[in-house]
Amino acid sequence: MTDLSGRISIGDVGLSLLLVLVAVVVSRARKADLERDIVIATFRSFAQLLAVGFVLDYVFDGNAALTPVVLAVMVATATLTSGARGRRVPGAHGIALASVTAATAGTLGVLLALRIVPAVPRAAIPLGSMIISNAMNVASLVMTRLRDDLASHRREVEARLSLGQTAAEASQDWHRAALRSGTLPIIDQTKVVGLVALPGAMTGMLLAGASPTSAIRLQLVVMYMLLGGNAFAALVAGHLTVRRLFTPHHQLIRSLSRNA
Amino acid sequence: MRVDGDGGRAIVAGFSARIPADGLTAMVGPSGAGKTTLLRLLNRLDDADGGEVLFDGRDVRSYDVIALRKRVQYVGQEPVTFPGTVADNVNAGAGTDALLGRVGLDPALATRAADRLSVGEAQRMCLARALALNPECLLLDEPTSALDAGSKGGIEALVRSLADNGLTVVMVTHDRRQAEELADRMLVVPAGGADGDSAGGSRPASVQKRRYVRRSRTLDGDSAGGGGGGARS
Repeated sequence: MTDLSGRISIGDVGLSLLLVLVAVVVSRARKADLERDIVIATFRSFAQLLAVGFVLDYVFDGNAALTPVVLAVMVATATLTSGARGRRVPGAHGIALASVTAATAGTLGVLLALRIVPAVPRAAIPLGSMIISNAMNVASLVMTRLRDDLASHRREVEARLSLGQTAAEASQDWHRAALRSGTLPIIDQTKVVGLVALPGAMTGMLLAGASPTSAIRLQLVVMYMLLGGNAFAALVAGHLTVRRLFTPHHQLIRSLSRNA
Repeated sequence: MRVDGDGGRAIVAGFSARIPADGLTAMVGPSGAGKTTLLRLLNRLDDADGGEVLFDGRDVRSYDVIALRKRVQYVGQEPVTFPGTVADNVNAGAGTDALLGRVGLDPALATRAADRLSVGEAQRMCLARALALNPECLLLDEPTSALDAGSKGGIEALVRSLADNGLTVVMVTHDRRQAEELADRMLVVPAGGADGDSAGGSRPASVQKRRYVRRSRTLDGDSAGGGGGGARS
């Protein structure tokens, strides 16, 4: 079996930069004005992954106790990113934190508790990172979608409120739409998995020399974990966002009721 | 009473008024005076930042907000239709036909999609939807501003008859003529309600009696469905 792991040298990485150069040339030729972003992205990816590589080497090499710290840093970064994205929702950072944490605890926790995956850094950290990055996107999507929908439909929301509906009732159509938009991407991915794209975990295992059937078993666990994690994230984000966009007295908050 | 706007400017400041529980009170004043905001305070779509709003002698904040809104119904400027049929919107079960008749709509419209109504029909449907909750008080925000002249007269007559049948109606209008012809009294909300006087200085709004009483009618404060509407800061 051909195993690619350990066969890629730093020189090989340098050679692959030629592909980035192609992108830069295309951008310049087409005046797409993306050269700067491409260069920044390339440098960032290099520096970030290099740093993460050293950290993971250290944690895997007899410092497993640091695993929760690594996961916490990931959750914190996801919280800052998603909180900034949803900043027009009051308390967006708190919502993002709750959403990402619930998704991680609710899925990775279950996988570890049921011993589906072993409680070792080599399993917990990559799986955790997948849940966290997915949950981050879902939380951002649900927060912004719900906020924008309620703002653009504020007359209907307020008409419902003034008829004596609760905040939950008055917002339920858009709440439902936001939950759907947050979870549909992963549902679609799960539907077409393997037919359109070989997903990341499976690709990684294949490249590392694993047999396709064992790669598939891991990929299935990953897909179901992400499905569950994204649903958790959407539920928590949706619930908390509704609570933040209405006062306890079933009024739209002023930033929504007065402006679009 | 005081309601703060964005950037520290007050939308309503130093305003005080008392609205009797009988008949139709027109709230008039220049745009930007805060008339809509005052209506929104009465069924708590918004809250005052200073002072108080009383309904039937009690601070509106002391009522259960859902129960208060059902007693004090608010119908906005442009009709808002919900998805579904007219019957779905009115949501009154077996009482739908009677309600549609009461607001001058053909009961045959009950099965029509609400978004297929004309603006005038939709406004009537919104009134039926509010009346379905059997409110004591109806707050109308420029109920005819989105309508053409033909539908306007119909809604005016309807609003008048609702008031004649014992409903307390408070209607915001920028149309002085409409207020004079239709209402039992006028509540003038002064310009510069946003005068920044947030110290709570009380500037009583003037309530003018209608000059021409269209028919003699006397209603005690509490006879309108057992409740009285009063807003005071």
